[in-house]
Amino acid sequence: MLVLTLASVSVLFVIGIGLYYHSIPILHKLSLSDLLTTSVWKPLKGLFGFYPFIMGTLWVTGISIVIALPLCLLTALYVNEYAPLRIRKILTPFVNLLSGIPPVIFGVWGVLFIIPLIQDHIAPHFVAFSTGYSVLAGGIVLAVMIFPLIVSIITEVLRTIPQDLRDASLSLGATRWETTRKVVLKKALPGIIAAVVLAISRAFGETIAVLMVCGNNAVVPHSVFDPGYPLPALIANNYGEMLSIPMYDSALMFAALLLFVIILLFNLISRVILARLERKLAA
Amino acid sequence: MKRRKYEELFFRVLMVLATIFVAGSFFLIVGTIFYKGAPYMNLDMITKTPSGGFYIGKEGGILNAIIGSMYIAGGATVLGLLISIPVAIYINMYMGSKTFLANTLRMAFDVLFGIPSIVYGAFGFLIMVYFGLRASLLGGIIAVTLLVIPILVRTLDEVIRTVPFELRDAALSLGATRWETAKVVLRQIRPGIFTAVLLSFGRAIGDVASVLFTAGFSDNIPTSLHEPAATLPLAIFFQLSSPVEEVQGRGYASALVLTIIVLIITVLSEIFIKKFFKHKI
Repeated sequence: MLVLTLASVSVLFVIGIGLYYHSIPILHKLSLSDLLTTSVWKPLKGLFGFYPFIMGTLWVTGISIVIALPLCLLTALYVNEYAPLRIRKILTPFVNLLSGIPPVIFGVWGVLFIIPLIQDHIAPHFVAFSTGYSVLAGGIVLAVMIFPLIVSIITEVLRTIPQDLRDASLSLGATRWETTRKVVLKKALPGIIAAVVLAISRAFGETIAVLMVCGNNAVVPHSVFDPGYPLPALIANNYGEMLSIPMYDSALMFAALLLFVIILLFNLISRVILARLERKLAA
Repeated sequence: MKRRKYEELFFRVLMVLATIFVAGSFFLIVGTIFYKGAPYMNLDMITKTPSGGFYIGKEGGILNAIIGSMYIAGGATVLGLLISIPVAIYINMYMGSKTFLANTLRMAFDVLFGIPSIVYGAFGFLIMVYFGLRASLLGGIIAVTLLVIPILVRTLDEVIRTVPFELRDAALSLGATRWETAKVVLRQIRPGIFTAVLLSFGRAIGDVASVLFTAGFSDNIPTSLHEPAATLPLAIFFQLSSPVEEVQGRGYASALVLTIIVLIITVLSEIFIKKFFKHKI
């Protein structure tokens, strides 16, 4: 049992080492700063600039958080602070059902619903022409995908706040919203930050749904209606060719390493914050 | 004075709207998939494998992908359970469930849970290259097993923690060894194990990025572990990329099949969780 435990935890390190080992060739050929800041992607000529892909990932992730955070925060506050128990019991299963839907279904939904919506109804107000396949589409689809994650974590955090604090505030004559804003939210702030960090790391690594709606064009997006090409989509789209072009596999493994390291750090940060909150509650 | 009342009302309305939007997005997604997929749905889709020219609109179905996904999700869940049950027991019964080390391990599994499936897929691909395996059912099962282990361990861990300490103490004080006590605990958490299995199966059947490199794709139902296997999410993705309208439509129908499978699994696991955690809200 000890062996199994250690083996399954060490997967974390083995993944890191394995990916790093396979990225060594590309790291020898090009410097880290070259890889991260140049934007020419021509594998056949040995040019691997990850900048457009990194920017694509950042745009998509940024948009998704901007959309999801306010909605989820309000939802979690309503469910925990306002809604009667009966409504809470009806709502919670839907959040769980949403979290059970596979990424590829979100992708199909994005293609069927979000893309036409952007192409016909949103984009014409702002730009001359858009196919709909854009970082905005990716951001919206990702936002819906991370709804359940953010709502459930903020819900957990709100539950750790002692009822006495709310009662004290209410008994001093504060309205429910004043109590929520000045007492509950203030106390929950670290937990909310942890939820956002966790959501960012989830959005970072999401592959297939984004790949289906982002347009996959290796240029740096300049507006939300521009297509983008996030890192995970790059890896997924090119696995077929990667063994036939020199350095290509190494470059893709470097992309995976990049994702792995960033997500590992973000996860660690948010988990440490959440574990601290939990311990405070226990004490 | 009035301003406070309006502010209260304003945010209350905003919250209700946000809640409707978030909960409604579930119906919007499932509704869209049903609306678009249902017209293309027929018995052939789920009972036949693709015949020649399936991807340009000729006859056939996606039975190969349904069976392939079942094999991979099933194999990975069984393999994952064989690893996760001992790990969860070790953390809770042998290490002392509240020690610093146990909590660190839990955090490690939480972090592993957060690693995206594309990284597991890339890593699974590296393992296969290292052992000289080609894209196959076996490769897919290995990658997906890595993906579901953290889910299984953390779910089982939560479940084991709900077993009253008195029960373990009673078993131990009667002279049972820790392993015998663990067997008592395991009997207590049987419905919990079932929940973990459902969660893992649901995640495994819907994931693409991990099987993309590792399982390959095939129009046949795999008959051995070394043959490539089609998976349902990949079949959806491929069909949707087709320019032929008929094939795209079948992609929507395949999405409907996957949605229904996953919804059944999620609803079942919800019911089991509720049964298990009856004493909680």
